[in-house]
Amino acid sequence: MTKDQVEAGQKEQNSVSVRSEEMHAPEGMLGMVWRRFRLHPGAVAGSIVLGMLVLSIILVTFSPYDPEISDIGSRLQPPSWEHPFGTDPLGRDVLTRVLYGGRISLAVGLMVVAITLVIGVPVGAVAGYFGGWVDNVLMRITDAALSLPSLLVLILLSAILREVELPFVERNNVVTIAVVIGLLSWMTVARLVRAAFLAIRELDFITAAHCVGVSNSRIMVRHILPNVVGPIIVESTLEVGYAIMEESGLSFLGFGIQPPTPSWGNLLSNAQEHMTKHPWLAIFPGLMIFLSIISINYIGDGVRDAFDPYKVLKQVGEV
Amino acid sequence: MGRYIARRLLQAIPMLFMISVVLFALVNIAPGGPLSGHGRSRRIRPEKAEILKRQFGLDKPLPIQYVIWLVGNDWMRVDADGDGVTESYGERRGILRGDFGFSYRNRQPVLEEIADRLPNTIYLMGVTLIVVGIIAIPLGAISAVRQYSVFDIVVTTLSFMGQAIPEFWLGLILILIFYAWLNNPFTGAPLLPSGGMQTFGMGFAIWDRIQHLILPVTMGMVGWVAWYSRFLRSGMLDVLHQDYVRTARAKGLSEHLVVYRHALKNAVIPLVTIFALDLPSIFAGSLYVELLFSWPGMGRLYYQAATGRDYPMLMAILIIGAGFMITANLLADIAYAYLDPRIRYD
Repeated sequence: MTKDQVEAGQKEQNSVSVRSEEMHAPEGMLGMVWRRFRLHPGAVAGSIVLGMLVLSIILVTFSPYDPEISDIGSRLQPPSWEHPFGTDPLGRDVLTRVLYGGRISLAVGLMVVAITLVIGVPVGAVAGYFGGWVDNVLMRITDAALSLPSLLVLILLSAILREVELPFVERNNVVTIAVVIGLLSWMTVARLVRAAFLAIRELDFITAAHCVGVSNSRIMVRHILPNVVGPIIVESTLEVGYAIMEESGLSFLGFGIQPPTPSWGNLLSNAQEHMTKHPWLAIFPGLMIFLSIISINYIGDGVRDAFDPYKVLKQVGEV
Repeated sequence: MGRYIARRLLQAIPMLFMISVVLFALVNIAPGGPLSGHGRSRRIRPEKAEILKRQFGLDKPLPIQYVIWLVGNDWMRVDADGDGVTESYGERRGILRGDFGFSYRNRQPVLEEIADRLPNTIYLMGVTLIVVGIIAIPLGAISAVRQYSVFDIVVTTLSFMGQAIPEFWLGLILILIFYAWLNNPFTGAPLLPSGGMQTFGMGFAIWDRIQHLILPVTMGMVGWVAWYSRFLRSGMLDVLHQDYVRTARAKGLSEHLVVYRHALKNAVIPLVTIFALDLPSIFAGSLYVELLFSWPGMGRLYYQAATGRDYPMLMAILIIGAGFMITANLLADIAYAYLDPRIRYD
């Protein structure tokens, strides 16, 4: 076999392998993200832990104990088979209360993300897409909101809401707390979306869309927004963790969810009094906060790597 | 650069004004308030409440109250004894002239009380920040230099854990371990104190002070050490792959010089910026530490003001906090421009 023949054979092999790759349907973005996500050990472990947590939070409905009704006969019992996390000063099962508290925390986390997206995405999109004075006004408002000392304002708002009668909802329930936290945390998303819109609106495919007469709102929603989904998902994932931390902090200070409704924060706050002799009261609720936030952070890290949000910006030359 | 700073300072004024209007409205618009006697057994009689309202000027419309808060009321007649007749000129000078009013709680000047508490918070946070720097910078740098080593994996895992630990829970656990469970083997007393800045009634003693600092500083530091070591690690990794680091190696510099002179110096730049941005949250975080360890600082003062609806105190701390935030943002930008000569503002 001559050298030329060998080379020709290799060429042929190469072209065959290229062709066979082309034969496959192109992998969608979500497929790619999922494939990369699975390779991130932290993210997988985080998903498993969070999944178990969510499952037990759902299944706690079948717990033999009530989270709010006291049982004086079994006060302050240490962890045992009947009460894996022990009982509290009113004889309530701590495991049941912790899991019901988890419902509150996760609900607040998800609601805060929803509020963050509902405010942050439109503000960022409009500011970045239209620019000019609209951008200026919206960004000054964003800057002002970012300049608020957020923990202090959070405490102030929930202290006020604790004393106000609201229509339809109880005082300081999940919704009011989530709204308060959400109103103070949409700015990151707004800035992120604005930066991406600012960069992408200059690209040729947007000009092309303009030329064929696509409306502004359609360009924003159908042509630009899909390119920003990655960073938004990453930010939203991490935001769930921040929101859980903030809610439990507020409840710990007594400004959040009010007892007897259990939340991880107020369980910890109530534990302080009895903690030296009955440490299980303080250990388990905090452990739950810790576990849920660390798994959310690992998931967020995995999603970030999988999406590589900078890729979008790199492609448009922003970074 | 000077013009840039001047422009940013000028922009800060309307923003601070806007924030002050919003905060004032939030604080004052809510029903209830300092005279409703919420949560106390002793209720104030309605006629007495009316008198107090007039004395504090709470009977006036909100915009007027805001103007008085801003510029004072020594130009208008007020009702000093609360009998419904305005007889004398007011005495308040407004925050623009440095008068933040009197606390509703103990009728002391707000600024005096803040001046009393602020040094304690600065003391606590100063020590915490020094410890954070001493631990986080070497951790982050070494873990980047030895990427994927056992050390790196341990540090990265710990930093994930440190960021997920709720500060207040960490404090509780620390108290549990070092105050409730562990005893000093010689005296039988708890190993570390669980509250206060020093032993009550004791004069200044350095060892006593240090003992009182250990738990609060540990509680306040863990999250920030985790965050900064992670941040510095990724910054270091970026820098270590830059051309100038390769150049430094190529011209035969020792690895030590390359890493600590050429790489670390540049990796610390973004850290300085992010640190300036974080400064307000670091101080806000001292709220949990101060509450848990009965530390007589600003955080506890704010907490008391919020529970007691002490409007003048709340407003003062909020405005000072907002001013601090804006200053920190400005400092971050200036530090960035100063440390990184590639950045030019005009």
